[in-house]
Amino acid sequence: MKTENQKAWFFVLPVLLLVAFNALIPMMTVVNYSVQETFGDNVFFWQGLDWFQQILRSDRFHAALGRQFLFTFLILIIEVPLGIAIALSMPRSGFWVPVCLVLMALPMLIPWNVVGAMWNIFTLPDIGLLGYFLNHVLGINYDMTQDPIAAWVTIVTMDVWHWTSLVVLLAYAGLVSIPDAYYQAAKIDGASNWAVFRFIQLPKMKTVLTIAILLRFMDSFNIYTEPFVLTGGGPGNSTTLLSIDLVKIALGQFDLGPAAAMSLIYFAITLLVSWLFYTLMTKDDLN
Amino acid sequence: MALELKDVTKRVGAIQHIKETSLLLEPGHFNVLLGATGSGKTSLIKLMAGLDPMASGQVLMDGEDVSRLSTQKRNISLVHQFFINYPHMTVFENIASPLKVAGMAKSEIADRVEEAAAILQLKPMLHRRPHELSGGQQQRCALARAIAKESRAVFLDEPLANLDYKLREELRDQLPELFAGRGAVVVYATSEPEEALLLGGKTALMRDGRVTQFGATAEIYRNPGNIDAARVFSDPPINTARIIKQGSMARLGAGVTWELSGSAATLSDGSYTIAVRPHHVLPVARDSAKVQLSGRVQVTELSGSESSAHFDMGTGSDTGSWVSLAHGVHPYRVGELHDFYMDPAQAYFFAPDGSRAA
Repeated sequence: MKTENQKAWFFVLPVLLLVAFNALIPMMTVVNYSVQETFGDNVFFWQGLDWFQQILRSDRFHAALGRQFLFTFLILIIEVPLGIAIALSMPRSGFWVPVCLVLMALPMLIPWNVVGAMWNIFTLPDIGLLGYFLNHVLGINYDMTQDPIAAWVTIVTMDVWHWTSLVVLLAYAGLVSIPDAYYQAAKIDGASNWAVFRFIQLPKMKTVLTIAILLRFMDSFNIYTEPFVLTGGGPGNSTTLLSIDLVKIALGQFDLGPAAAMSLIYFAITLLVSWLFYTLMTKDDLN
Repeated sequence: MALELKDVTKRVGAIQHIKETSLLLEPGHFNVLLGATGSGKTSLIKLMAGLDPMASGQVLMDGEDVSRLSTQKRNISLVHQFFINYPHMTVFENIASPLKVAGMAKSEIADRVEEAAAILQLKPMLHRRPHELSGGQQQRCALARAIAKESRAVFLDEPLANLDYKLREELRDQLPELFAGRGAVVVYATSEPEEALLLGGKTALMRDGRVTQFGATAEIYRNPGNIDAARVFSDPPINTARIIKQGSMARLGAGVTWELSGSAATLSDGSYTIAVRPHHVLPVARDSAKVQLSGRVQVTELSGSESSAHFDMGTGSDTGSWVSLAHGVHPYRVGELHDFYMDPAQAYFFAPDGSRAA
C-alpha cells in the first residue's frame, strides 16, 4: 500500500518563508498603515478608507499619475521600435556578434544612481559635454534645471539610452532562434523584406517582445532613482513622477497613512496595466 | 520549361562543395538527385534556387540566364525535409502566401488553394494551424504550397525523409501524379536508391559534389557507368572484389575461378574490380547463379519476405564482407561456413581507375 505523508510541505516551506518576509509581511504593514492614522509612540487610530479617498481625489496625485503615464508611454513608443530596429540590423554571426552584444549590454550594467548623476553632469549647460555643445556651439537654449521641456527630453533620452538595450537583446534572441529554412521559404515565396519582417520575424519575436514590453512597462512605471538623481522632480513639479511624489509624501512630509494608501493604489495600477498588456498580447495564442 | 546547369561550382572558403557540374533537367518526369548524405544534393538545389551564390557557371531557365536573378524572381518552389510552414498562419493562408505576395486576385487565390488542397486531401484542415496537423499533413501543406504556386521549377529536398514508413509510401505514390502535366521541372533529392527507382524519370547520381552519371533511372540502374555509380545505386551496398583476369578465366581470391562470357571475355588480361548486387548472390545454386563462393556468416537479417546474410570470404581487405539477398527464409547460422552462388553474368567489371570495363 502506498503511504501518504505531508513531507512535500518541507519543500515548499523555504519559498513560503522567503516570500512571506520579503513581500507579504511588508505589504501587510503597508495595508496596516493605509487604514490608520499614526502618531508617535505607536499610537494608531482607525481611519477606514479615508486615505484612499483623499489620494484618489487629490489633484496632486492625478498630475503625478498623468506624468507617469506620459513618461511610460513615451519610453515604450521609442524603445520598443528602436530596440527591434537595432536588433534587426545587428549581425547574426561572425566576429562582430560578441562586440555588439557587449556594447549593447554596457548601459544596463551601470548602477541607476550613477546613470542619473552621469546625465546630470553630461547636460549641465556650462560644463556638461552635451549641455555645453547645445548651448554654446549650436546656440540652442537648453537647461533642464529651468525648462520643463528640456527636463523631459533629458529623462526620456536617459531612459532610452539606459534601457533600449534590454529590448534589443530580447528581440535579438528571438531573431537568432529563427531557422534559416523560414527565410529561404520566404525568399522562395517571393516575399519582400517587409513581408519577412511582418510574417516571420515579428511572429517569432512575439513571445520575447511580450516579455520586453512587460518589463519595460513595469520598470518605467516604477522608475525612481534616475529621475530623482537627475532632476529631483523639477523644475517645479514637472518631472515629479509617481514614485518621486510617493517618497516626498512618505519621507518628506512623513504622512505615512496617505503614502501607504498611495502605494497600494500605485501597485494596483501597475498590476492592472501589466495584466491588460499581457492579456492583449497573448490573446491570439489562446485560440 | 527546362532548367540547365552549365559548369556550375560552389565554393565555401577553400572547400569546393560542388565541382563543375552540367545538367539539363526537363519537365514531364522526375529528375532525381541520388546520393549519400553530404554528396551535394542540397547544395546543388540551393544553387539552382539561387539561395547560395555560385562560384562559377550559369543556371539557365528556358535558355534565359537566371544566374544573377534573386530567388524571389526565379519563380520556383522548394519543399524541405523539415516541414516548413508559417506557424502563425492557417493552412489556407500558408498555401496562399506565395500567391498573395505575387499580388493575385482574391478569388483566384481561393480557387487555386482549393484545388491544391483537394489534390492533397487538405480540405477539412484549411482553417487549422500547422501545429495542429500531423507530420504527413504538414508536409502535404508544404507540397500544396508548391503546387498552388505553379512555379517553373519545383525542388523537393528529401521531402519524405521525416515521415513514417506508411505515409512515405503513400505520398511517394502520389507525387508523380501531383506534378504530372504541370510543366514544371521537378527535382527530387533522395539518398535512397529504391525511391529513385520507384519515382522513375531520370536520375543524376551524386558523389563528393559531382554528378557521376545522369540518365534514365532504369538505364543507370542496369548500366552503372563507373564504380561510384554502382555503389551509389545499390541498397544494401553492392558487393565488390578484386579479380584477376587471365585468358578466359577470372579468379577471385585464392580459390574461386570461373569462365568469363560476353564482353567480359574480351577484356585484356589484368586486374579488375567486379561489382555484384546482393540479390545476384544467392544461398542456393541456380542455372544462372553457379559460381560458388564460400564464406563465414557474420550477420543475418530477415526483412519481410527477404533474408540477407553478410559473409566473409577470407580474401582480405580487397574484398571485405559480401552480402547475399534472397527471397524466402533461409536458415543461416552466424559464425558458420556457408556456400553462396554468384551469377557471373550480372557482374559489372571496372578498371582500376573506376571506369566501367564490361
